[in-house]
Amino acid sequence: MRELLLIKDGEIALKGLNKSTFENILIKNIRRRIEDLGKVTVQKAQSTIYVKPAADDYDIDEALERLKKVFGIAALSKARMTEKSFEKIAEEAVEYLSDLLPFVHTFKVEAKRADKTFPMTSPELCAQLGGVLLSRYHNLKVNVQNPDVVVTVEIRDFGAYIHAKKHEGAGGMPIGSSGKALLLISGGIDSPVAGYMMAKRGIEVSAIHFISPPYTSDRALQKVETLCEKMCDYMGRIQFYIVPFTEIQEEIRRNCPEELFTLIMRRMMMRIALRVAKENGMQALITGESVGQVASQTIGALACTDAVCDMPVFRPLIGMDKNEIIVVSRKIDTFETSIQPYEDCCTVFTPKHPKTKPQLSQILEAEMSYDFDPLLEKAITGIQLKTIYANR
Amino acid sequence: MEWNGLTESYLDYSATTPVCGAAAEACVTAMKRDFGNPSSLYRLGMEAENIVSAARRVLAKALGCEEQCLFFTGSATESNNIAIFGSLAANPRKGKKIITTAVEHAAVLGPFTELQKRGYETVYLMPAETGNYTAQQFFDAVDDHTALVSVMLVNNEVGTRHPVEEIIRAVRRKNPDTLIHIDAVQGAFKLPFSIRTATPDLLSVSGHKIYAPKGVGALYIKKGVKVSPLLFGGGQEKEVRPGTESVPLIAAFAAAVEWYLPQQKEFLAGYEALHAGLLERLAEIPEVSVNSPAGGVPYITNFSVQGIRSEIMLHFLESRGVFVSSGSACAKGAKSHVLDALGLSDGRADTALRVSFGAYTERKDIDRLADSLKEGLSSLIRTN
Repeated sequence: MRELLLIKDGEIALKGLNKSTFENILIKNIRRRIEDLGKVTVQKAQSTIYVKPAADDYDIDEALERLKKVFGIAALSKARMTEKSFEKIAEEAVEYLSDLLPFVHTFKVEAKRADKTFPMTSPELCAQLGGVLLSRYHNLKVNVQNPDVVVTVEIRDFGAYIHAKKHEGAGGMPIGSSGKALLLISGGIDSPVAGYMMAKRGIEVSAIHFISPPYTSDRALQKVETLCEKMCDYMGRIQFYIVPFTEIQEEIRRNCPEELFTLIMRRMMMRIALRVAKENGMQALITGESVGQVASQTIGALACTDAVCDMPVFRPLIGMDKNEIIVVSRKIDTFETSIQPYEDCCTVFTPKHPKTKPQLSQILEAEMSYDFDPLLEKAITGIQLKTIYANR
Repeated sequence: MEWNGLTESYLDYSATTPVCGAAAEACVTAMKRDFGNPSSLYRLGMEAENIVSAARRVLAKALGCEEQCLFFTGSATESNNIAIFGSLAANPRKGKKIITTAVEHAAVLGPFTELQKRGYETVYLMPAETGNYTAQQFFDAVDDHTALVSVMLVNNEVGTRHPVEEIIRAVRRKNPDTLIHIDAVQGAFKLPFSIRTATPDLLSVSGHKIYAPKGVGALYIKKGVKVSPLLFGGGQEKEVRPGTESVPLIAAFAAAVEWYLPQQKEFLAGYEALHAGLLERLAEIPEVSVNSPAGGVPYITNFSVQGIRSEIMLHFLESRGVFVSSGSACAKGAKSHVLDALGLSDGRADTALRVSFGAYTERKDIDRLADSLKEGLSSLIRTN
């Protein structure tokens, strides 16, 4: 197989002594994400990772599409590998780029000569290869400032590589390089976006979802699983915790003031999430809250929710507008699923006039009205754990 | 449900029915043994064609029409679309006004909405205070420019039986050129009904409401009525609905009708008894009020459960092994336009459930429903 993928590190190229640790995590993530496509060899050299398929019929385009969604990659391109001789390079370049060069107007050639024993200098290589391409593709003109296509030739220790089309990577840090956190996911538009944003920073994200049958349906749960599947395009796989939450909601409704319902419910969710996180080695919670979006997301309300938490709560959407969130949601393809109209447990008992400026003391008093601890224990015992993978 | 080993009480036959044994058998035989393409010239093709012809004869006889007037389609939605769009396209001079009821199925309302965008004047008749329609309403609404009247035989959400025979006569008295389409999906084969007596111009039926698989419907087009096709292709079904005939589903459709029709009277009597039992049991529950107008079919009953939203009660009943529907299964989550047209308050509409009976419904299913409703009312938090 002479075609392979060249992958450029993103942010991790800037790291110091830890750099190879980060690179090794990235390589592991790359391998895992494409492991079902067939055997490949993965090598790294000078901030570039080479993914070389073993078989001729390897689906390299599928691999490219998948790797575009692996965090820690700044850019990637398909490349043709050839012998380190100018004749070979020129011949292969003419042939390999034949489905691209006839359709553009301007180009330039760039050469990177890592192997300094190669007999031509970089400028010589550029000039001569440019000449060959001009003589073969009469539509082309050279434009060094702003070309339609940059043809790159890299002379490396183990061969020469030709590539012309650079794809943008997902950016960020490799998942697993920044620890683990637990995402509270509802089924709405926001939480998958919040999960995506934290995963992009290298966090291994697990998800926790609360169900309240018969107030919520199997379809509502299925919808959240679908959202997790879609997030797996970026995250590889997700540990998904499903919490039976009906009794807690019923007792809040029976025993606490209606206007405090949502806040007390969120505090109960946080308590359960906290326990799950701690028991599974996670160091933070993630929510999709954004200041002022609904009554339970005012500063005062968030303070009341956080009062039960003794670990960081990441809220990456906190300063975003709905429209900005929707843009990301469409990009990661969760929007269409999120807007399906199945009721989730957050909306079932929504009070008509929720408190927007709650007093913590009022809430503590309301929570005293019933002994929730046994129900919390019961809910935690009843948690169902599923591993979700991308749906291919 | 002993017919397939399930022990649950399925009370949603208006959404769909299980495939009966005879239909399943006919379907499998046509898939495996008689798998030819009806258009093929060799024996295998001829045998497949014979199955389709025989099925057409069975359905035509059951509906009381000539077999050359009956066309197989992929669903009742498709039949309705061909009937409505196709007849208007073929008869542009009949006028620009089209009339239907406010309680039709989405498969009729959808085409009407589209036709309105294309410049037709659309009229949606509201039911009288009793919830029923009279022929007079149609007589009053039709004028010289009315091209089409479309009305359903039985309403799918509340079970009203519309007087289509009288409606058709009234429309013809006012304007003999107006075409009349009947969406007979919830009434055909289950009720005594004959195209010969009612004389509609167009009529749609569905397979999966009568114990055949999903994916097959039929459309009756009266001799002489012009209908333009919506699809173009290999000329099957006399170009009304081209596309290779789905021989297995068509065979199953006919087998199901052949199985159901001889028992129609007994089934109907059974539904009457079940209906009386259901009303009796519902009367025990003060929170329940029946939404179905009087005089409807006995196999569809709509009622509201005060305080518990439809979806919540539906899922509670599901957890007790009882399957019912909230309004129409085709409109997941959306507010029912039918209950709205009947003048029900939002509170009543939000808490409405539809129960529909079929061939395998038994008295114990009714009792399980009633007991579970009571249990739900005592344990669920009331949000409405």
